[in-house]
Amino acid sequence: MFSPIMLKLSAQFFLNGLMVGGIYALIAVGVVVVFRSTKIFNFAVGDMLMVGGFITFMFIDIGIPPLAAIVLAVGAGALLGLIIERIALRPMIGQPVLAAVMVTLAISYLLKGITLLIWGGHPKTFPRFLPGHVFRAGGVVWSHELLWTFGVTMFLFGLFALFYKYSRFGLDMRATAEDHQLAQTRGISVKGIFALTWALAGVTAVVGGVFLGLKLSLNLPLADVGLKAFAAVMFGGLESILGALIGGLIIGVLENMIGGLIDPSLKEITPYIILLLVLVFRTEGLFGLKRIERI
Amino acid sequence: MRPSGVFDERYEDDIAVVRTGAHWVILFVGLAFLSIVPLISTAHLLATINHIGIAIIACHGLSILTGYTGQISIGQAAFMAVGAYTTGMLAAHAGWPFWATIPVSGLSAGAVGMVFGLPSLRVKGFYLALATLAAQFIIPWLIDHVRVDITGGVFSLEVPPPEILGVILNTQPKMFYLIMTTAVIMTFLAKNIARSGVGRAFIAIRDNDLAAEVMGVNPYRYKLLSFFVCSFFAGVAGALWAYWMRAINANHFTLMESVWYLGMIITGGMGSTAGAVFGAIYVKLLDELAQVMAPLIGMIFPTGGTGVELALQPIFFALGILLFIIFEPRGIAHRWEVFKAYYRLWPFSD
Repeated sequence: MFSPIMLKLSAQFFLNGLMVGGIYALIAVGVVVVFRSTKIFNFAVGDMLMVGGFITFMFIDIGIPPLAAIVLAVGAGALLGLIIERIALRPMIGQPVLAAVMVTLAISYLLKGITLLIWGGHPKTFPRFLPGHVFRAGGVVWSHELLWTFGVTMFLFGLFALFYKYSRFGLDMRATAEDHQLAQTRGISVKGIFALTWALAGVTAVVGGVFLGLKLSLNLPLADVGLKAFAAVMFGGLESILGALIGGLIIGVLENMIGGLIDPSLKEITPYIILLLVLVFRTEGLFGLKRIERI
Repeated sequence: MRPSGVFDERYEDDIAVVRTGAHWVILFVGLAFLSIVPLISTAHLLATINHIGIAIIACHGLSILTGYTGQISIGQAAFMAVGAYTTGMLAAHAGWPFWATIPVSGLSAGAVGMVFGLPSLRVKGFYLALATLAAQFIIPWLIDHVRVDITGGVFSLEVPPPEILGVILNTQPKMFYLIMTTAVIMTFLAKNIARSGVGRAFIAIRDNDLAAEVMGVNPYRYKLLSFFVCSFFAGVAGALWAYWMRAINANHFTLMESVWYLGMIITGGMGSTAGAVFGAIYVKLLDELAQVMAPLIGMIFPTGGTGVELALQPIFFALGILLFIIFEPRGIAHRWEVFKAYYRLWPFSD
């Protein structure tokens, strides 16, 4: 078990898992931010991410340089979030939780259908535009693409943390998360904040979609990969942004180590088993609030 | 709203499902019409009706869990898979007859459903939806990877056709009778569960679990019971699916299917037996509409290539659901009640 080769393999899978976990963390943050402000759990996150990937692909395909394409796609993702919020979720304010759940599920199928209609069902591959190449250091292989992924997601995470903590909008968002009515009386436009959180969710989904699309191929099943972020959300605690980061990294590491060292096919369901265990044994996750809907 | 001139003089009258002579006539004419449907419908229509029949059974189960007990489940298709594979394995490897496999499939799916219902003891709302989402991924994985010698793994499992009194039910019209008989029985069962003491306990838990507990309803017991009943219906539907498709695969029971059933009970009307039937028909018809429209839309979006009807199906489904949730959250069943009240009061209605 503790032969050098096993140790090396473990280190490799740990590393890969950590880097992929960064993507999960970013997607998870989109879910957490929307939940904190609007109390709606976004089941459409996987499909938003897939659409984001496809939009980026489309921009690159028509000849826009990759970096500019990603910036454009991020804008498109924010717009997508705004449209979803305005058309489908604004009427859900004050409705029972099932209606909101069903609306996000319906949106997820709407996005799937639109994706199929525009881009068809064949997998697309991103051109390899990230600079650098795969290298070896410390006995493990470092993929430059995964390093970029990890670096960019962590950078965005830091940026977002600063935004959330110090900017005017971030303060407004936190106030809205605390109490809708109080925030409203203090002059914060709660509806505007709802729109802003969905735009942010759109942005994180596009970035997650680009990096997941680079790692896997761009296809409909990408949406199911996005659902793995739910495990990260619940593991870290539904209300906690730090929890989303740590949850995402842990889910990524566990998934890759279990998949790599025990059974490759187990990789696909590891996040869901973790999700189930969290729900049964520690509903509030690592950093969540205790006052969730207990019975 | 009772029909005019109907007075419930005894308790039996008060709880009766079929109240008047006209009801009995409608019931028997309806059943008689149902029994000649295979003679007058085309092959495609009959296949659609068979599919609707199976969906109705699954929807009744989900309606009891989500509509009456208020526990959201997006794993109904996974529990159907349990039922389908129970039937498939018993029929293919052990040679059990259908009248034994269908109830056993219901029981096995019910048992699995209770396991995934365990989180409902601690959480509700979309937390529970997430637990059933986990079931939706874990159960097909188990089918594909555990004991593949008897489940067939990623390859389809062939199911022998059911046989009754020497007649082999291997065509759509013959299967129609098995599916519809089961659907009618299960509808009756669902209706009776909903209006029994158990059903009232479910409704009490949905409306306020704390108050229900104070009134002497044990929420844990009834929630697990609700999961069992829901999955039992799913198991029966899955068993019929196995006999209907004759080759089953874990790919038949995707998250899409589960969301489909949830969409059916929402458009049909939550907490209503009739709603499950209306919803199943409505959503399946949307599906058919998507297939009819596909060539037309294909001319507008030629880049979509072969996948236009595959693309239209989720779009139509999603729009059909969204419009209902936003504009008529009480579903078709509510419209139906309004209509009934209208014609019973006519010409003095409104």
